[in-house]
Amino acid sequence: MHIVVCVKQVPDWDIPPSSFKIDEALNQVVPPPGVAAVPSQFDTIGVEAAMRLKDEAPDTKVTIMSMGAESARDVIKHSLAMGADEGVLLTDALFENLDWYQISLVLSTAIKKLEGVDLVVCGRQAVDWDMGVAGSGIAEMLDWPALTIGKQVKVSDGTLSVERVLMDGFETVEAPLPAVVTVSNELGEPRYPKLQQIMQAAKKQVTIWAAADLGLDDSQLGAGARKLTLEKLYVPVSNVECEFMEGDTPEEMAQNLAKKLAEAKLI
Amino acid sequence: MASSILVVGEVEEGRLATITAEMLGAARRLSGDGTVTCALIGSGVEASGQAAIALGADEVIVVDDAALAEYNTDTYLQAMLKVAEQASAPIILFGQTDMGRDLAPRLAFRLDTGVIMDTIELAMDGDRLQGTRPCYGGNARAINVVRGDPQIATVRAKSQDLAAEDSSRQGTVTKIDAAIDQSAVRVKVIERSGVSAEGVRLEDADVVVSGGRGLGGPENFDVIEDLASALGAAVGASRAVCDLEWRPVSEQVGLTGKVVSPTLYIAVAISGASQHMAGCSGSKNIVAINKDADANIFKAARFGIVEDFAKVMTPLIEAVKQEKGG
Repeated sequence: MHIVVCVKQVPDWDIPPSSFKIDEALNQVVPPPGVAAVPSQFDTIGVEAAMRLKDEAPDTKVTIMSMGAESARDVIKHSLAMGADEGVLLTDALFENLDWYQISLVLSTAIKKLEGVDLVVCGRQAVDWDMGVAGSGIAEMLDWPALTIGKQVKVSDGTLSVERVLMDGFETVEAPLPAVVTVSNELGEPRYPKLQQIMQAAKKQVTIWAAADLGLDDSQLGAGARKLTLEKLYVPVSNVECEFMEGDTPEEMAQNLAKKLAEAKLI
Repeated sequence: MASSILVVGEVEEGRLATITAEMLGAARRLSGDGTVTCALIGSGVEASGQAAIALGADEVIVVDDAALAEYNTDTYLQAMLKVAEQASAPIILFGQTDMGRDLAPRLAFRLDTGVIMDTIELAMDGDRLQGTRPCYGGNARAINVVRGDPQIATVRAKSQDLAAEDSSRQGTVTKIDAAIDQSAVRVKVIERSGVSAEGVRLEDADVVVSGGRGLGGPENFDVIEDLASALGAAVGASRAVCDLEWRPVSEQVGLTGKVVSPTLYIAVAISGASQHMAGCSGSKNIVAINKDADANIFKAARFGIVEDFAKVMTPLIEAVKQEKGG
Protein backbone atom coordinates (compact mmCIF):
# COMPACT_ATOMS: atom_id res chain seq x y z
CA MET A 1 0.00 0.00 0.00
CA HIS A 2 1.21 3.49 -0.80
CA ILE A 3 0.03 6.29 1.50
CA VAL A 4 0.55 10.00 0.91
CA VAL A 5 0.26 12.32 3.90
CA CYS A 6 -0.19 16.02 3.14
CA VAL A 7 1.65 18.14 5.69
CA LYS A 8 1.49 21.92 5.83
CA GLN A 9 4.17 24.08 7.34
CA VAL A 10 2.84 26.80 9.64
CA PRO A 11 4.36 29.17 12.18
CA ASP A 12 4.00 27.79 15.71
CA TRP A 13 0.78 29.51 16.78
CA ASP A 14 0.93 28.11 20.27
CA ILE A 15 1.93 31.58 21.46
CA PRO A 16 0.26 34.08 23.77
CA PRO A 17 -2.58 35.81 21.85
CA SER A 18 -0.95 39.13 22.78
CA SER A 19 1.95 38.26 20.42
CA PHE A 20 -0.47 37.76 17.56
CA LYS A 21 -0.21 40.63 15.06
CA ILE A 22 -1.66 41.35 11.65
CA ASP A 23 -0.38 43.71 9.01
CA GLU A 24 -3.76 45.04 7.93
CA ALA A 25 -2.36 46.80 4.88
CA LEU A 26 -1.07 43.49 3.53
CA ASN A 27 -3.88 41.35 5.01
CA GLN A 28 -1.18 39.09 6.41
CA VAL A 29 -0.20 37.76 9.79
CA VAL A 30 3.15 39.02 11.06
CA PRO A 31 4.98 35.97 12.35
CA PRO A 32 6.37 36.83 15.78
CA PRO A 33 10.16 36.85 15.84
CA GLY A 34 11.79 33.64 16.99
CA VAL A 35 8.73 31.49 16.38
CA ALA A 36 9.62 28.25 14.68
CA ALA A 37 7.89 26.78 11.64
CA VAL A 38 6.16 23.54 12.59
CA PRO A 39 3.93 21.01 10.86
CA SER A 40 0.26 21.92 11.24
CA GLN A 41 -0.90 19.94 14.25
CA PHE A 42 -3.64 17.90 12.58
CA ASP A 43 -1.24 16.98 9.77
CA THR A 44 1.20 15.44 12.27
CA ILE A 45 -1.75 13.39 13.50
CA GLY A 46 -2.18 12.37 9.85
CA VAL A 47 1.42 11.14 9.82
CA GLU A 48 0.68 9.19 13.01
CA ALA A 49 -2.40 7.61 11.36
CA ALA A 50 -0.26 6.54 8.40
CA MET A 51 2.48 5.15 10.67
CA ARG A 52 -0.07 3.07 12.58
CA LEU A 53 -1.13 1.53 9.26
CA LYS A 54 2.53 0.90 8.45
CA ASP A 55 3.01 -0.70 11.89
CA GLU A 56 0.28 -3.19 10.90
CA ALA A 57 1.53 -3.69 7.33
CA PRO A 58 5.29 -3.02 7.24
CA ASP A 59 5.51 -3.16 3.44
CA THR A 60 3.44 0.05 3.32
CA LYS A 61 5.20 3.02 1.78
CA VAL A 62 4.49 6.42 3.32
CA THR A 63 5.25 9.54 1.29
CA ILE A 64 5.09 12.98 2.90
CA MET A 65 3.91 15.76 0.61
CA SER A 66 4.29 19.40 1.49
CA MET A 67 3.75 22.55 -0.51
CA GLY A 68 5.53 25.74 0.37
CA ALA A 69 8.85 27.46 0.56
CA GLU A 70 12.13 25.55 0.54
CA SER A 71 11.95 25.70 4.36
CA ALA A 72 8.98 23.30 4.23
CA ARG A 73 11.72 20.68 3.89
CA ASP A 74 12.01 20.86 7.70
CA VAL A 75 8.45 19.68 8.26
CA ILE A 76 9.00 16.88 5.76
CA LYS A 77 12.14 15.86 7.70
CA HIS A 78 10.16 15.78 10.93
CA SER A 79 7.60 13.44 9.37
CA LEU A 80 10.35 11.29 7.86
CA ALA A 81 11.85 11.00 11.34
CA MET A 82 8.49 9.69 12.56
CA GLY A 83 9.08 6.80 10.17
CA ALA A 84 7.81 7.90 6.76
CA ASP A 85 9.77 6.68 3.75
CA GLU A 86 10.20 9.63 1.42
CA GLY A 87 9.15 13.17 0.79
CA VAL A 88 7.84 15.34 -2.02
CA LEU A 89 8.32 19.09 -1.74
CA LEU A 90 6.16 21.19 -4.03
CA THR A 91 7.84 24.54 -4.29
CA ASP A 92 7.38 27.31 -6.83
CA ALA A 93 6.65 31.03 -6.78
CA LEU A 94 3.34 30.11 -8.43
CA PHE A 95 2.38 28.06 -5.35
CA GLU A 96 2.34 31.13 -3.12
CA ASN A 97 -0.96 32.67 -2.14
CA LEU A 98 -3.28 30.03 -3.62
CA ASP A 99 -6.88 29.49 -2.66
CA TRP A 100 -8.20 26.07 -1.61
CA TYR A 101 -9.31 25.17 -5.09
CA GLN A 102 -5.81 25.79 -6.39
CA ILE A 103 -4.17 24.06 -3.41
CA SER A 104 -6.32 20.98 -4.04
CA LEU A 105 -5.46 21.15 -7.72
CA VAL A 106 -1.69 21.20 -7.06
CA LEU A 107 -1.83 18.42 -4.45
CA SER A 108 -4.14 16.16 -6.47
CA THR A 109 -2.01 16.65 -9.60
CA ALA A 110 1.13 15.71 -7.65
CA ILE A 111 -0.62 12.66 -6.18
CA LYS A 112 -1.59 11.56 -9.71
CA LYS A 113 2.01 12.02 -10.82
CA LEU A 114 3.23 9.73 -8.02
CA GLU A 115 1.06 6.92 -9.47
CA GLY A 116 -0.20 3.94 -7.52
CA VAL A 117 -1.27 5.90 -4.46
CA ASP A 118 -3.92 4.03 -2.45
CA LEU A 119 -4.64 6.41 0.39
CA VAL A 120 -4.23 10.14 0.99
CA VAL A 121 -4.23 11.36 4.59
CA CYS A 122 -4.82 15.02 5.52
CA GLY A 123 -5.40 16.85 8.78
CA ARG A 124 -9.04 17.87 9.29
CA GLN A 125 -7.99 21.51 8.88
CA ALA A 126 -4.81 23.57 8.94
CA VAL A 127 -4.23 25.51 12.14
CA ASP A 128 -3.75 28.82 10.32
CA TRP A 129 -6.87 29.25 8.19
CA ASP A 130 -9.03 26.54 9.83
CA MET A 131 -10.92 26.10 6.56
CA GLY A 132 -11.02 22.29 6.51
CA VAL A 133 -11.74 21.67 2.83
CA ALA A 134 -8.49 20.50 1.19
CA GLY A 135 -9.12 16.79 1.85
CA SER A 136 -12.54 16.98 0.19
CA GLY A 137 -11.05 18.99 -2.67
CA ILE A 138 -8.29 16.47 -3.35
CA ALA A 139 -10.84 13.64 -3.28
CA GLU A 140 -13.19 15.45 -5.64
CA MET A 141 -10.41 16.20 -8.12
CA LEU A 142 -9.19 12.59 -8.04
CA ASP A 143 -12.79 11.31 -8.11
CA TRP A 144 -12.13 9.33 -4.93
CA PRO A 145 -14.29 9.04 -1.82
CA ALA A 146 -13.30 11.10 1.22
CA LEU A 147 -14.00 10.07 4.80
CA THR A 148 -13.59 13.17 6.94
CA ILE A 149 -12.72 13.93 10.58
CA GLY A 150 -11.53 10.46 11.55
CA LYS A 151 -10.38 9.30 14.97
CA GLN A 152 -9.46 5.80 13.87
CA VAL A 153 -8.23 4.69 10.46
CA LYS A 154 -8.02 1.06 9.37
CA VAL A 155 -7.42 -0.66 6.06
CA SER A 156 -8.19 -4.25 5.28
CA ASP A 157 -8.61 -6.05 1.95
CA GLY A 158 -8.63 -2.81 -0.03
CA THR A 159 -11.30 -1.22 2.14
CA LEU A 160 -10.76 1.90 4.21
CA SER A 161 -12.65 1.94 7.48
CA VAL A 162 -12.81 5.17 9.47
CA GLU A 163 -14.41 6.01 12.76
CA ARG A 164 -15.61 9.60 12.30
CA VAL A 165 -16.10 12.16 15.05
CA LEU A 166 -19.60 13.66 14.99
CA MET A 167 -20.96 16.51 17.10
CA ASP A 168 -22.80 14.06 19.35
CA GLY A 169 -21.11 10.74 18.82
CA PHE A 170 -19.21 8.66 16.32
CA GLU A 171 -19.87 6.74 13.15
CA THR A 172 -17.97 4.05 11.33
CA VAL A 173 -17.87 4.45 7.56
CA GLU A 174 -16.19 2.43 4.85
CA ALA A 175 -15.07 3.11 1.32
CA PRO A 176 -13.00 1.20 -1.20
CA LEU A 177 -9.43 2.36 -1.85
CA PRO A 178 -8.16 4.56 -3.36
CA ALA A 179 -9.59 7.13 -0.99
CA VAL A 180 -8.87 10.21 1.11
CA VAL A 181 -9.17 10.39 4.88
CA THR A 182 -8.91 13.48 7.10
CA VAL A 183 -8.02 13.03 10.76
CA SER A 184 -8.78 14.83 14.00
CA ASN A 185 -6.97 15.20 17.33
CA GLU A 186 -9.12 12.42 18.86
CA LEU A 187 -6.90 9.95 17.00
CA GLY A 188 -4.29 10.43 19.71
CA GLU A 189 -0.83 11.82 20.24
CA PRO A 190 1.67 11.60 17.39
CA ARG A 191 4.82 9.61 18.11
CA TYR A 192 8.08 11.36 18.90
CA PRO A 193 11.01 10.54 16.62
CA LYS A 194 13.96 8.82 18.27
CA LEU A 195 17.42 10.30 17.80
CA GLN A 196 18.40 7.45 15.49
CA GLN A 197 15.30 8.08 13.36
CA ILE A 198 16.14 11.77 13.10
CA MET A 199 19.59 10.84 11.79
CA GLN A 200 18.12 8.35 9.34
CA ALA A 201 15.62 10.94 8.12
CA ALA A 202 18.45 13.14 6.89
CA LYS A 203 19.33 10.45 4.36
CA LYS A 204 15.82 9.88 3.06
CA GLN A 205 14.96 11.17 -0.37
CA VAL A 206 12.97 14.37 -0.87
CA THR A 207 11.83 14.95 -4.45
CA ILE A 208 11.24 18.55 -5.48
CA TRP A 209 8.58 19.43 -8.02
CA ALA A 210 7.75 22.84 -9.44
CA ALA A 211 4.54 23.88 -11.20
CA ALA A 212 6.00 22.98 -14.62
CA ASP A 213 6.73 19.43 -13.38
CA LEU A 214 3.01 19.10 -12.71
CA GLY A 215 1.98 20.69 -16.01
CA LEU A 216 0.42 23.63 -14.17
CA ASP A 217 0.87 27.30 -14.97
CA ASP A 218 -0.39 30.79 -14.26
CA SER A 219 -3.71 30.12 -16.01
CA GLN A 220 -4.68 27.73 -13.17
CA LEU A 221 -2.58 29.16 -10.35
CA GLY A 222 -2.72 32.91 -10.93
CA ALA A 223 -4.77 35.35 -8.90
CA GLY A 224 -7.35 35.48 -11.69
CA ALA A 225 -8.08 31.77 -11.27
CA ARG A 226 -8.94 32.05 -7.58
CA LYS A 227 -12.41 30.89 -6.57
CA LEU A 228 -12.08 32.61 -3.21
CA THR A 229 -10.54 35.94 -2.30
CA LEU A 230 -9.49 37.42 1.01
CA GLU A 231 -10.95 40.89 1.40
CA LYS A 232 -9.74 41.66 4.89
CA LEU A 233 -7.88 40.07 7.79
CA TYR A 234 -8.07 41.62 11.25
CA VAL A 235 -7.83 40.98 14.96
CA PRO A 236 -11.22 41.27 16.67
CA VAL A 237 -11.25 43.71 19.56
CA SER A 238 -12.66 42.69 22.89
CA ASN A 239 -13.85 45.52 25.12
CA VAL A 240 -14.57 43.39 28.16
CA GLU A 241 -12.88 44.43 31.38
CA CYS A 242 -12.75 41.65 33.96
CA GLU A 243 -14.03 42.52 37.43
CA PHE A 244 -12.03 40.40 39.85
CA MET A 245 -13.80 39.24 42.99
CA GLU A 246 -12.29 40.48 46.20
CA GLY A 247 -12.22 38.66 49.50
CA ASP A 248 -9.82 37.57 52.23
CA THR A 249 -10.77 33.93 51.80
CA PRO A 250 -11.89 31.76 48.89
CA GLU A 251 -15.31 31.56 50.61
CA GLU A 252 -15.68 35.34 50.51
CA MET A 253 -14.70 35.49 46.86
CA ALA A 254 -17.21 32.75 46.05
CA GLN A 255 -19.97 34.56 47.92
CA ASN A 256 -19.13 37.84 46.19
CA LEU A 257 -19.31 36.14 42.81
CA ALA A 258 -22.69 34.60 43.57
CA LYS A 259 -23.95 38.04 44.66
CA LYS A 260 -22.64 39.71 41.49
CA LEU A 261 -24.26 37.05 39.33
CA ALA A 262 -27.55 37.47 41.14
CA GLU A 263 -27.37 41.28 40.86
CA ALA A 264 -26.74 40.97 37.13
CA LYS A 265 -29.72 38.58 36.97
CA LEU A 266 -27.50 35.88 35.51
CA ILE A 267 -28.58 33.28 38.07
CA MET B 1 -29.05 42.25 -2.43
CA ALA B 2 -29.04 38.69 -3.55
CA SER B 3 -31.65 37.63 -6.08
CA SER B 4 -32.14 34.32 -4.36
CA ILE B 5 -30.59 32.22 -1.64
CA LEU B 6 -30.78 28.48 -1.09
CA VAL B 7 -30.62 27.36 2.53
CA VAL B 8 -29.79 23.69 2.98
CA GLY B 9 -31.94 22.79 5.94
CA GLU B 10 -31.63 20.02 8.49
CA VAL B 11 -34.31 18.23 10.45
CA GLU B 12 -33.50 16.80 13.88
CA GLU B 13 -35.93 14.44 15.55
CA GLY B 14 -38.77 15.68 13.39
CA ARG B 15 -38.09 19.38 13.95
CA LEU B 16 -36.34 21.97 11.84
CA ALA B 17 -32.85 22.44 13.34
CA THR B 18 -32.13 25.75 15.06
CA ILE B 19 -29.24 26.46 12.68
CA THR B 20 -31.67 26.12 9.77
CA ALA B 21 -34.01 28.66 11.35
CA GLU B 22 -31.03 30.97 11.85
CA MET B 23 -29.97 30.63 8.23
CA LEU B 24 -33.51 31.34 7.03
CA GLY B 25 -33.43 34.52 9.10
CA ALA B 26 -30.08 35.48 7.59
CA ALA B 27 -31.20 34.62 4.05
CA ARG B 28 -34.37 36.69 4.47
CA ARG B 29 -32.27 39.66 5.61
CA LEU B 30 -29.67 39.26 2.82
CA SER B 31 -32.08 38.65 -0.04
CA GLY B 32 -34.52 41.49 0.57
CA ASP B 33 -37.30 40.90 -1.93
CA GLY B 34 -35.45 37.95 -3.49
CA THR B 35 -36.47 34.35 -3.16
CA VAL B 36 -35.40 32.27 -0.16
CA THR B 37 -35.48 28.57 -0.86
CA CYS B 38 -35.07 25.90 1.80
CA ALA B 39 -33.90 22.42 0.84
CA LEU B 40 -34.89 19.51 3.04
CA ILE B 41 -33.01 16.31 2.30
CA GLY B 42 -33.63 13.13 4.26
CA SER B 43 -36.35 10.68 5.15
CA GLY B 44 -39.60 11.94 6.67
CA VAL B 45 -38.52 15.56 6.32
CA GLU B 46 -41.41 16.83 4.21
CA ALA B 47 -43.48 17.64 7.29
CA SER B 48 -40.98 20.36 8.24
CA GLY B 49 -41.60 22.29 5.02
CA GLN B 50 -44.31 24.44 6.58
CA ALA B 51 -42.05 25.35 9.49
CA ALA B 52 -39.40 26.52 7.01
CA ILE B 53 -41.96 28.72 5.26
CA ALA B 54 -43.10 30.19 8.59
CA LEU B 55 -39.47 31.09 9.32
CA GLY B 56 -38.88 32.88 6.03
CA ALA B 57 -38.69 30.43 3.12
CA ASP B 58 -40.65 31.27 -0.04
CA GLU B 59 -40.20 27.85 -1.48
CA VAL B 60 -39.18 24.50 -0.10
CA ILE B 61 -37.54 21.77 -2.15
CA VAL B 62 -37.99 18.37 -0.56
CA VAL B 63 -35.98 15.27 -1.39
CA ASP B 64 -37.56 12.65 0.81
CA ASP B 65 -36.32 9.11 0.36
CA ALA B 66 -35.67 6.17 2.66
CA ALA B 67 -32.19 5.95 1.09
CA LEU B 68 -31.46 9.36 2.64
CA ALA B 69 -32.47 8.38 6.18
CA GLU B 70 -28.92 8.95 7.39
CA TYR B 71 -26.19 11.20 6.09
CA ASN B 72 -23.84 9.66 3.55
CA THR B 73 -21.57 11.93 1.50
CA ASP B 74 -22.28 10.11 -1.75
CA THR B 75 -26.08 9.90 -1.56
CA TYR B 76 -26.46 13.41 -0.18
CA LEU B 77 -24.15 14.86 -2.81
CA GLN B 78 -26.32 13.33 -5.52
CA ALA B 79 -29.46 14.76 -3.93
CA MET B 80 -27.78 18.11 -3.37
CA LEU B 81 -26.73 18.42 -7.02
CA LYS B 82 -30.37 17.95 -8.05
CA VAL B 83 -31.54 20.52 -5.50
CA ALA B 84 -28.92 23.06 -6.59
CA GLU B 85 -29.99 22.66 -10.19
CA GLN B 86 -33.68 22.99 -9.35
CA ALA B 87 -33.17 26.09 -7.18
CA SER B 88 -30.45 27.61 -9.40
CA ALA B 89 -29.71 30.09 -6.62
CA PRO B 90 -26.50 32.14 -6.82
CA ILE B 91 -25.89 31.62 -3.07
CA ILE B 92 -26.09 28.35 -1.13
CA LEU B 93 -25.85 28.26 2.68
CA PHE B 94 -25.16 25.19 4.82
CA GLY B 95 -24.92 24.94 8.59
CA GLN B 96 -21.44 24.32 10.02
CA THR B 97 -22.69 20.93 11.20
CA ASP B 98 -21.61 17.33 10.67
CA MET B 99 -23.36 17.49 7.30
CA GLY B 100 -22.25 20.98 6.30
CA ARG B 101 -18.59 20.38 7.16
CA ASP B 102 -18.53 17.37 4.86
CA LEU B 103 -21.02 18.21 2.12
CA ALA B 104 -20.43 21.93 1.47
CA PRO B 105 -16.79 21.57 0.34
CA ARG B 106 -17.63 18.48 -1.67
CA LEU B 107 -20.43 20.32 -3.51
CA ALA B 108 -18.22 23.37 -4.06
CA PHE B 109 -15.43 21.38 -5.68
CA ARG B 110 -17.93 19.37 -7.74
CA LEU B 111 -19.40 22.61 -9.08
CA ASP B 112 -15.92 24.14 -9.64
CA THR B 113 -16.56 26.96 -7.24
CA GLY B 114 -15.36 28.16 -3.83
CA VAL B 115 -16.71 27.80 -0.31
CA ILE B 116 -16.34 29.93 2.84
CA MET B 117 -16.46 27.64 5.88
CA ASP B 118 -17.70 28.49 9.36
CA THR B 119 -18.88 32.05 8.81
CA ILE B 120 -20.13 34.09 11.76
CA GLU B 121 -21.22 37.18 9.83
CA LEU B 122 -22.76 37.48 6.39
CA ALA B 123 -23.23 40.59 4.27
CA MET B 124 -23.86 41.42 0.63
CA ASP B 125 -21.51 43.53 -1.47
CA GLY B 126 -23.45 43.95 -4.69
CA ASP B 127 -24.21 40.41 -5.80
CA ARG B 128 -21.30 38.93 -3.83
CA LEU B 129 -21.63 37.39 -0.40
CA GLN B 130 -19.02 38.50 2.14
CA GLY B 131 -18.45 35.88 4.80
CA THR B 132 -16.58 36.74 7.99
CA ARG B 133 -14.95 33.76 9.67
CA PRO B 134 -12.68 33.18 12.63
CA CYS B 135 -9.25 31.82 11.70
CA TYR B 136 -5.81 31.36 13.25
CA GLY B 137 -7.41 29.43 16.06
CA GLY B 138 -9.82 32.25 16.83
CA ASN B 139 -7.10 34.93 17.00
CA ALA B 140 -8.14 36.60 13.76
CA ARG B 141 -11.12 37.18 11.50
CA ALA B 142 -11.04 36.91 7.73
CA ILE B 143 -13.58 38.33 5.32
CA ASN B 144 -13.78 36.12 2.23
CA VAL B 145 -15.69 36.35 -1.02
CA VAL B 146 -16.37 33.45 -3.40
CA ARG B 147 -15.46 34.40 -6.96
CA GLY B 148 -17.02 31.33 -8.58
CA ASP B 149 -20.70 30.49 -8.97
CA PRO B 150 -22.68 29.50 -7.04
CA GLN B 151 -21.29 31.11 -3.89
CA ILE B 152 -21.29 28.55 -1.10
CA ALA B 153 -20.82 29.18 2.62
CA THR B 154 -21.36 27.36 5.89
CA VAL B 155 -22.79 29.23 8.86
CA ARG B 156 -21.78 28.69 12.48
CA ALA B 157 -24.54 27.82 14.95
CA LYS B 158 -25.85 30.68 17.11
CA SER B 159 -24.25 33.32 14.89
CA GLN B 160 -27.42 34.58 13.21
CA ASP B 161 -30.67 36.02 14.52
CA LEU B 162 -33.77 33.94 13.94
CA ALA B 163 -36.49 35.40 11.79
CA ALA B 164 -39.78 35.91 13.62
CA GLU B 165 -42.01 32.91 13.07
CA ASP B 166 -45.13 33.74 11.06
CA SER B 167 -47.40 30.77 10.54
CA SER B 168 -49.53 32.74 8.07
CA ARG B 169 -46.65 33.06 5.56
CA GLN B 170 -47.35 31.36 2.24
CA GLY B 171 -44.91 29.36 0.19
CA THR B 172 -44.61 26.50 -2.22
CA VAL B 173 -43.34 23.00 -1.57
CA THR B 174 -41.76 21.14 -4.48
CA LYS B 175 -40.84 17.48 -4.19
CA ILE B 176 -38.09 16.10 -6.33
CA ASP B 177 -37.23 12.49 -6.81
CA ALA B 178 -33.96 11.42 -5.19
CA ALA B 179 -33.41 8.64 -7.75
CA ILE B 180 -30.12 7.74 -6.06
CA ASP B 181 -27.71 6.01 -8.43
CA GLN B 182 -26.46 3.29 -6.07
CA SER B 183 -23.62 2.39 -8.46
CA ALA B 184 -22.05 5.79 -7.68
CA VAL B 185 -22.32 5.29 -3.91
CA ARG B 186 -18.92 4.21 -2.63
CA VAL B 187 -19.21 5.24 1.00
CA LYS B 188 -21.03 2.89 3.33
CA VAL B 189 -22.17 3.86 6.83
CA ILE B 190 -21.59 0.82 9.03
CA GLU B 191 -22.55 2.01 12.45
CA ARG B 192 -23.50 5.19 14.24
CA SER B 193 -23.20 5.50 17.99
CA GLY B 194 -24.78 8.52 19.54
CA VAL B 195 -23.65 9.96 22.81
CA SER B 196 -26.97 10.41 24.55
CA ALA B 197 -26.90 13.84 26.07
CA GLU B 198 -28.17 13.72 29.63
CA GLY B 199 -29.76 16.84 31.01
CA VAL B 200 -29.41 20.11 29.12
CA ARG B 201 -28.07 20.07 25.57
CA LEU B 202 -24.80 21.97 25.39
CA GLU B 203 -25.54 24.04 22.29
CA ASP B 204 -29.00 25.02 23.49
CA ALA B 205 -28.10 25.72 27.11
CA ASP B 206 -28.56 29.17 28.57
CA VAL B 207 -25.86 28.49 31.15
CA VAL B 208 -22.75 26.36 30.60
CA VAL B 209 -20.19 25.30 33.20
CA SER B 210 -16.93 24.06 31.65
CA GLY B 211 -13.88 22.46 33.16
CA GLY B 212 -10.30 22.40 31.92
CA ARG B 213 -7.10 20.48 32.43
CA GLY B 214 -6.35 22.57 35.52
CA LEU B 215 -8.87 20.41 37.37
CA GLY B 216 -6.13 17.79 37.55
CA GLY B 217 -8.24 14.70 36.91
CA PRO B 218 -11.63 13.39 35.82
CA GLU B 219 -12.70 12.86 39.44
CA ASN B 220 -12.59 16.62 40.01
CA PHE B 221 -15.36 17.16 37.48
CA ASP B 222 -17.74 16.48 40.38
CA VAL B 223 -17.62 20.17 41.28
CA ILE B 224 -18.36 21.14 37.66
CA GLU B 225 -21.37 18.83 37.59
CA ASP B 226 -22.57 20.04 40.99
CA LEU B 227 -22.38 23.70 39.99
CA ALA B 228 -24.07 22.89 36.67
CA SER B 229 -26.86 21.07 38.43
CA ALA B 230 -27.33 23.95 40.91
CA LEU B 231 -27.67 26.33 37.93
CA GLY B 232 -29.62 24.05 35.58
CA ALA B 233 -26.63 24.33 33.27
CA ALA B 234 -24.99 22.07 30.70
CA VAL B 235 -21.47 20.72 31.26
CA GLY B 236 -18.68 21.54 28.84
CA ALA B 237 -14.99 20.71 28.69
CA SER B 238 -11.81 21.93 27.06
CA ARG B 239 -10.19 20.00 24.24
CA ALA B 240 -7.29 18.93 26.46
CA VAL B 241 -9.74 17.30 28.85
CA CYS B 242 -11.49 15.41 26.02
CA ASP B 243 -8.18 14.35 24.47
CA LEU B 244 -7.21 12.91 27.87
CA GLU B 245 -10.59 11.11 27.85
CA TRP B 246 -11.62 12.63 31.17
CA ARG B 247 -14.83 13.70 29.46
CA PRO B 248 -16.66 12.58 26.30
CA VAL B 249 -15.84 14.43 23.09
CA SER B 250 -19.49 15.50 22.86
CA GLU B 251 -18.77 17.95 25.69
CA GLN B 252 -15.83 19.59 23.95
CA VAL B 253 -16.20 23.34 23.53
CA GLY B 254 -13.89 24.92 21.00
CA LEU B 255 -12.83 25.34 17.44
CA THR B 256 -13.10 21.64 16.62
CA GLY B 257 -15.89 20.89 19.07
CA LYS B 258 -19.09 22.64 19.98
CA VAL B 259 -19.66 26.34 19.61
CA VAL B 260 -21.79 27.67 22.44
CA SER B 261 -23.29 31.11 22.97
CA PRO B 262 -25.05 30.94 26.36
CA THR B 263 -26.05 33.91 28.49
CA LEU B 264 -23.61 32.73 31.15
CA TYR B 265 -20.43 30.68 30.55
CA ILE B 266 -18.46 29.67 33.63
CA ALA B 267 -14.93 28.46 32.80
CA VAL B 268 -13.23 26.62 35.63
CA ALA B 269 -9.49 25.87 35.45
CA ILE B 270 -9.48 26.69 31.75
CA SER B 271 -6.59 28.84 30.56
CA GLY B 272 -8.47 30.13 27.51
CA ALA B 273 -6.34 28.95 24.61
CA SER B 274 -7.56 30.63 21.45
CA GLN B 275 -8.96 27.36 20.09
CA HIS B 276 -11.16 27.12 23.20
CA MET B 277 -12.20 30.77 22.94
CA ALA B 278 -13.30 30.08 19.37
CA GLY B 279 -16.00 27.88 20.90
CA CYS B 280 -17.20 30.14 23.71
CA SER B 281 -16.42 33.74 22.77
CA GLY B 282 -20.01 34.24 21.61
CA SER B 283 -21.18 33.85 25.23
CA LYS B 284 -22.93 36.95 26.57
CA ASN B 285 -21.15 36.78 29.96
CA ILE B 286 -18.03 34.78 30.79
CA VAL B 287 -16.99 34.01 34.36
CA ALA B 288 -13.49 32.65 34.86
CA ILE B 289 -12.05 30.82 37.85
CA ASN B 290 -8.33 30.20 37.53
CA LYS B 291 -5.39 30.36 39.89
CA ASP B 292 -3.25 32.03 37.22
CA ALA B 293 -4.07 35.75 37.14
CA ASP B 294 -2.45 36.01 33.70
CA ALA B 295 -4.64 33.29 32.13
CA ASN B 296 -5.98 34.40 28.77
CA ILE B 297 -9.54 33.53 29.79
CA PHE B 298 -9.69 36.63 32.03
CA LYS B 299 -9.30 38.86 28.97
CA ALA B 300 -12.73 37.74 27.80
CA ALA B 301 -14.32 37.44 31.24
CA ARG B 302 -16.77 39.85 32.87
CA PHE B 303 -16.21 38.40 36.35
CA GLY B 304 -13.16 36.54 37.60
CA ILE B 305 -11.78 34.78 40.64
CA VAL B 306 -8.04 34.24 40.89
CA GLU B 307 -7.82 31.22 43.16
CA ASP B 308 -7.44 27.46 43.16
CA PHE B 309 -10.70 25.90 41.99
CA ALA B 310 -10.47 23.33 44.79
CA LYS B 311 -10.89 26.09 47.37
CA VAL B 312 -13.57 28.10 45.57
CA MET B 313 -15.97 25.63 44.04
CA THR B 314 -17.60 24.16 47.14
CA PRO B 315 -18.37 27.57 48.68
CA LEU B 316 -19.47 28.82 45.26
CA ILE B 317 -21.95 25.97 44.83
CA GLU B 318 -23.33 26.73 48.31
CA ALA B 319 -23.54 30.47 47.65
CA VAL B 320 -25.25 29.92 44.29
CA LYS B 321 -27.80 27.60 45.90
CA GLN B 322 -28.48 30.27 48.52
CA GLU B 323 -28.88 33.03 45.95
CA LYS B 324 -31.20 30.86 43.86
CA GLY B 325 -33.14 29.77 46.93
CA GLY B 326 -33.40 33.31 48.30
